[in-house]
Amino acid sequence: MVRVFVRAMAILGLSAAAASAQTLTIASSAPVTSMDPHYHTLTPNLSAHGHIFDRLIDQDATGHMIPNLALSWTLRDPTTWELKLRDAKFHDGTPFTAEDVAYTLARVPKVKNSPASFQIYTRAVVATEILDSHTILLKTASPYPLLPQDLLQVFMISHKLGAEPSTEDFNSGKNAIGTGPFRFVSYQPGNKIEMVRNDAYWGPKPYWARVDYRVISNDAGRTASLLAGDVGIIEFVPPADLAKLRTDPRVVVSEVVSNRSIYLWLDHSHDATMPEITGPNGEVLPKNPLKDLRVRQALSLAINRAGIVERVMEGAAIPTKQYLPPGNSNHVDDLLPDPFQADRAKALLAEAGYPNGFRITLHGPNDRYVNDAKIVQAVAQMWQRIGVQTTVDTMPWSSYATRAGKQEFAAFLLGWGVNSGEGTNPLRAQIATWNPERGLGTANRGRYSNPAVDALIDQAMTAMDRGERDKIVLRAMKMAMEDVPVIMLHLQKNIWATRKGLTFAARTDEETRATGVIEVKP
Amino acid sequence: MFTWILRRMFQASFVLLAMTVIVFVGVHVIGNPVDILISPEADQAERAKIIAEMGLDQPLWRQYAYFLNGALHGDLGRSFVFNEPALKLIGGRMPATLELAVTAVLMSMCFGIPLGLYAGLKPNGFLGRVIMTGSILGFSLPSFWVGLMLIMVFAVQLGWLPSTGRGETAMLFGVRWSFLTWDGLRHMAMPALNLSLFNISLVLRLTRAGVRENLTMDYVKFARAKGLSPARVIFVHILKNIMIPVTTVLGLELGSTIAFAVVTESVFAWPGMGKLIIDSINVLDRPVIVAYLMMIVLMFITINLVVDILYTMLDPRVRLETKA
Repeated sequence: MVRVFVRAMAILGLSAAAASAQTLTIASSAPVTSMDPHYHTLTPNLSAHGHIFDRLIDQDATGHMIPNLALSWTLRDPTTWELKLRDAKFHDGTPFTAEDVAYTLARVPKVKNSPASFQIYTRAVVATEILDSHTILLKTASPYPLLPQDLLQVFMISHKLGAEPSTEDFNSGKNAIGTGPFRFVSYQPGNKIEMVRNDAYWGPKPYWARVDYRVISNDAGRTASLLAGDVGIIEFVPPADLAKLRTDPRVVVSEVVSNRSIYLWLDHSHDATMPEITGPNGEVLPKNPLKDLRVRQALSLAINRAGIVERVMEGAAIPTKQYLPPGNSNHVDDLLPDPFQADRAKALLAEAGYPNGFRITLHGPNDRYVNDAKIVQAVAQMWQRIGVQTTVDTMPWSSYATRAGKQEFAAFLLGWGVNSGEGTNPLRAQIATWNPERGLGTANRGRYSNPAVDALIDQAMTAMDRGERDKIVLRAMKMAMEDVPVIMLHLQKNIWATRKGLTFAARTDEETRATGVIEVKP
Repeated sequence: MFTWILRRMFQASFVLLAMTVIVFVGVHVIGNPVDILISPEADQAERAKIIAEMGLDQPLWRQYAYFLNGALHGDLGRSFVFNEPALKLIGGRMPATLELAVTAVLMSMCFGIPLGLYAGLKPNGFLGRVIMTGSILGFSLPSFWVGLMLIMVFAVQLGWLPSTGRGETAMLFGVRWSFLTWDGLRHMAMPALNLSLFNISLVLRLTRAGVRENLTMDYVKFARAKGLSPARVIFVHILKNIMIPVTTVLGLELGSTIAFAVVTESVFAWPGMGKLIIDSINVLDRPVIVAYLMMIVLMFITINLVVDILYTMLDPRVRLETKA
């Protein structure tokens, strides 16, 4: 009897130990606002939902498209895509079919009260046609080569959820049924999401039996939890802790240059002067100096990017002159970051008719991007050195976001993440001339306009061949960036830290995935 | 008493109304939540659609009228961010903050009163001086720093306590509570201590001052002359008299501990209301901001009311109704 008891205890103890060894605790940096995968286009949401739901097309750690629920996507004619689907099962046992794809695409625009709808990724599809259970045609109104990139963001749900499944039912778990590697257990908003392994997963069996996806938004708290061994992996390692963590034997750091660029918008909307730019003695200027290419070049050459990256960013960035990192097929290899040449900058200013510089206010948020306010202060001092008297004005993102969109600022710091990892995205949203009718230049806050670049963007938007499109994109990007619509500063690095014994393949898309965390046996 | 409470309620409703107007105008002046929430890739038409869906295209006075109408029917609006009723959202986070704040206030009583008594009775002793010096630290050290130090020492270096989070919870009355499980209590120890440090110092100093003052009073001399035991003099007579200021302060502090637990909550990743309100302010989630502030105002009013009633019980000289 005693022996049986001892054995039972031993088994219990063992299984408890095995369970804890198989649990991965992830510390994410921002709250997941919903478990509805079509409610809010927000990186923390995408990152969490990717555990439970699958997309048709996924990207690997370096941002290349790979098949997921769709085995292949081919063009039948310029406006028809044919998708072949994989054999997969939802967590409730129902098989995944073409009907679910059609259902999902129809559901996305109908989500109620979505503050940032996924409709932007499905709007190109005007009709779907189911050929058989595992083949579906997606039709677009006009040739649209970027549909696969858009589908990267759309998670598939089951048509069994019926007409208009509510966001609340996803949050409670009733509707949180996907085909992904993990199954939903619980969602506590602002606290954590618990998941268990999906043993019927179509792909390689997930290593972790349980995943606790916790929110620790305080930077120092996140680092401390990792050092205390309470979590296995943390995302968005604060740059201030980076140097210490790199040398800590208890921790492994993994990093990759991201698709998120930090840059300064310059105002192109005012022909005459604006209150934020005045002459060296505060007098009104006859015209907006930022409209002069030489002035824009001078402001860019005055910036010591290596210094900012090393001192302000603690090495957690690389200098850049474009939106995408080296290695991306839309990265222009001969478009190098502007060198730091204060003398040439001064000469250019004099040539443009501002030998004594001018006064400018440089605006920036102070709670949005990594070290945003510090970057703005550093740039202001550098501009000061070439005779541009710079006043710094930083404010919380909540009031900054609205004002930056109203052309109130002359020079202002912003960031842009290219989710799709593909060059037409920043070209369409940022560089193209502001045009509400065509939905172009939606994030063109400086109202830059260059007809030659616009023409190239139009061409790229209809070039169905990937190789041909890449060539046009590279030309457009080079032409645009040499005209300095924005002053590019750097590309941030995405940085994770794991407990010793675990490794993570750092991802360009900022997503923290349990399937990417691997235990290395000593 | 009854008319007095009624009058208080009437005043309170005016405070509430004024507060909602301030929040509405304030949030409107700061910016547009849609600019913060919307995907930067959305086009101008989609932006307009979302603004209309949230009702932000209406003039401010009409938005306020809609809100008032809803509020009269018990609906304070839905969160722009979470698409859930603001009250439900806050209610979901409230237990975490409440149990943390109540624990912290209990701790400040358990530590503060005995320490203050001791320091008051032995003001020149070594320990008494140590206590008083220590209380200065409790006042002046910023709580985020103390929180981080607690984590570094007890979680990272010693490994005794979990660093962050709420731990296991158990259900009671359909709500998750941490104080019902051992793991939850372990998670609560550091944040509660961190939150109570300031209050411990406050209570300690109040108690000490009270004891010092009362010791010289005639009633104490009389009690001693009557031959009462020192323990009875201290724990019955003196303690009773110093409880009035302590009760007032603790009552008010309970309110501010709940309302301003946000620093501790964010350092320890404690999923309470404080985190929610800060996140909501950052994205201008007006329904949540308004609902939260209304709740906090109500809470302060209620606490003041309860404190006033407690006075009459502690000190029979206090009367609530003054005859005009």
